[in-house]
Amino acid sequence: MLISLFITCYNDTLFPDTGKAVVAVLERLGHRVEFRREQTCCGQMHYNTGYAGEARRLMEHLLRVFDGAEVICMPSASCVAMIREHYPKMAAASGDPALVARVDALLPRVFEFTELLVGRLGVTDVGASFPHTVTLHPSCHSLRSLHLGDKPRRLLEAVRGLEFVELPEGDQCCGFGGTFALKNAGVSSAMVSDKVRCVLETGAEVCTAADNSCLMQIGGALSRHGAGVRCLHIAELLAATGPACPEPVEGAGPAR
Amino acid sequence: MIRVGDAAAAPDFPSAAKEALANVQLRRNVRHATTVIRNKRAAVVGEMDDWEALREAAHRIKDHTLRHLDAYLAQFEERCTRAGGHVHWARDADEANRIVIDIIRGHGESEIIKVKTMTSDETRLNVALAAAGLSPYETDLADLIIQLGMDRPSHIVVPALHRNRTEIRDIFRRTMQLEQLTDEPPDLAAAARQFLREKFLRVPVGFSGANFAVADTGSVCVVESEGNGRMCVTLPRLLVTLVGIEKIVPSVRDLEVFLQLLPRSATGERMNPYNSIWTGVTPGDGPEEFHVVLLDNGRTTVLADDVSRETLDCIRCGACLNACPVYRQTGGHAYGSIYSGPIGAILTPQLQSMEHSRSLPYASSLCGACYEVCPVKINIPEILIHLRQKIVERGDAPVGERVAMKAAGFALAGAGRLEAAQALARAAQWPFVRDGRLEHLPPPLKAWTETRDLPAMPAQSFRDWWASREKGRQ
Repeated sequence: MLISLFITCYNDTLFPDTGKAVVAVLERLGHRVEFRREQTCCGQMHYNTGYAGEARRLMEHLLRVFDGAEVICMPSASCVAMIREHYPKMAAASGDPALVARVDALLPRVFEFTELLVGRLGVTDVGASFPHTVTLHPSCHSLRSLHLGDKPRRLLEAVRGLEFVELPEGDQCCGFGGTFALKNAGVSSAMVSDKVRCVLETGAEVCTAADNSCLMQIGGALSRHGAGVRCLHIAELLAATGPACPEPVEGAGPAR
Repeated sequence: MIRVGDAAAAPDFPSAAKEALANVQLRRNVRHATTVIRNKRAAVVGEMDDWEALREAAHRIKDHTLRHLDAYLAQFEERCTRAGGHVHWARDADEANRIVIDIIRGHGESEIIKVKTMTSDETRLNVALAAAGLSPYETDLADLIIQLGMDRPSHIVVPALHRNRTEIRDIFRRTMQLEQLTDEPPDLAAAARQFLREKFLRVPVGFSGANFAVADTGSVCVVESEGNGRMCVTLPRLLVTLVGIEKIVPSVRDLEVFLQLLPRSATGERMNPYNSIWTGVTPGDGPEEFHVVLLDNGRTTVLADDVSRETLDCIRCGACLNACPVYRQTGGHAYGSIYSGPIGAILTPQLQSMEHSRSLPYASSLCGACYEVCPVKINIPEILIHLRQKIVERGDAPVGERVAMKAAGFALAGAGRLEAAQALARAAQWPFVRDGRLEHLPPPLKAWTETRDLPAMPAQSFRDWWASREKGRQ
């Protein structure tokens, strides 16, 4: 199958290893991956902060870029949630029936990474080996928007050597929330303190999620506390084939 | 004038939250109380196999009612009047307060026992009563604690949730002259009972809010846990009830839906211990005179907005507060309004036509926990975003934010621009990079790096890596 990768703007810029891992996993499973260079951003930051005009322009750009793509894989639950929940409303609000039709045509082709693997491709064992203790932050958008359920967990449990530990109070928000993390930095920091406490309680070496935005928040706090726990996107665990933790790109993710 | 308590003068949410976050006792109390209620709610909701159907039914009943609110309000007025009640219409807070004061003065009375009426906090009735030389006594236990402590409510259902029992004991010791009082719950309850019984038996004017007003019977419904409300609405000779116009339900049959949803969502009870429903007056039974004041105070403005109209579906259960990770950190006072938490963040600014409380729509990480627990399915995250859009459209967003969003919009408009922006950012970050991390950045990112590290931008973006890989393959 030819799978078109929407890397998302912040993964592209800050977490390229996640994209490389997605490519590695999908190619290992025998699929071809394409990357359409014109792609940029889904518009989530603008939309959630109240800038609907900019968000709509980014939506239209995304629709143009992925025109004709059969299956679009996005390693970011919150970006998928943006597209599924808000694109239809934005299109409807535009009053443009052609735009509505294009959004309608896009939605069934959009898959979050773990959703693509388990739901669309029917795979839980991706041939990975990662002999470490791992906990999973389920993330608000994975849980309450995409209803990913146990898909990420089933993928992790099929990884050789991986010991899965449940995260206490997993359904609680990490406090990222996009511009919320800056506009309400105090509350956001208090929220991530709770999340860090829960992560440390598990004794896990690695905290993973289907969202690097949450991991940037959790990892940023873990790093500041010198906690010795790494945050890695689930794709990076599923791409791993050896005993070692994958080496981070310089600066990507908190120090170990 | 339209007013939501004194929310118009409240500090913005981030500043108020800062103060709340520094109050260790408050955070412990709020955390403890919300966790207890959340767990109770989850247990009793979990035992209902038609919970989702009930939520959907409630949402549709509310939607239908709001679309025909004019007709249902008129029907309520007609039926309530026919049953011997007096119905008054108040455009705003001041008008409502004036009507209430005139009724009480008309009877030559000066004391009032009050129960279950957040709406009167909205109009600041107690302040107006005191200014008119009248004395209100709150009789709901939590409201009494707030009144005696000269405090403010911090939760929609459990207004004194930020107080623990030792603090309550101290308030009672001070105000009831009970130096030996312990902080054991039975002793605290006995003290409150003795204090309140005297008022119940003596004061001839009762004042209440309403959970529901039923159009087809003209009835009013109040649900509660203590029985103090029952005494307030049955013992006095004169009863005045203040009702927001959104509290109307078409038929008494609709209560079947709401009386299942409300107690389970609010306090984790299968049924409220006291459900009082009364219709007009009945000679020889209960109050001899009954007045209903129907309050607008900004509600029709909310009604006119077809995206955020469902804000008015709220039945004030407080489930969204207990579920909200922001509320659970700050408690209710930080919201600067009697309506706190996620529902307060959308209701308070809207009632004031978005003229005040404009920091509230941003007091959410949009995690969706509020929507998940809402018994009437108010899509609070969607309305928060809608209100943020209104703020941006009106040009009320901070200049720095507008510039940043414009710049980001420009940079993300095409791949060439994005690549240029990435190169620029990579070059700009070098003075700040330490061991692959950014630990101190200038504003606005300072807000991030004060408590969290930021990963430094890697030397190669994904798109650069992809391009070099493709090149290598050719």
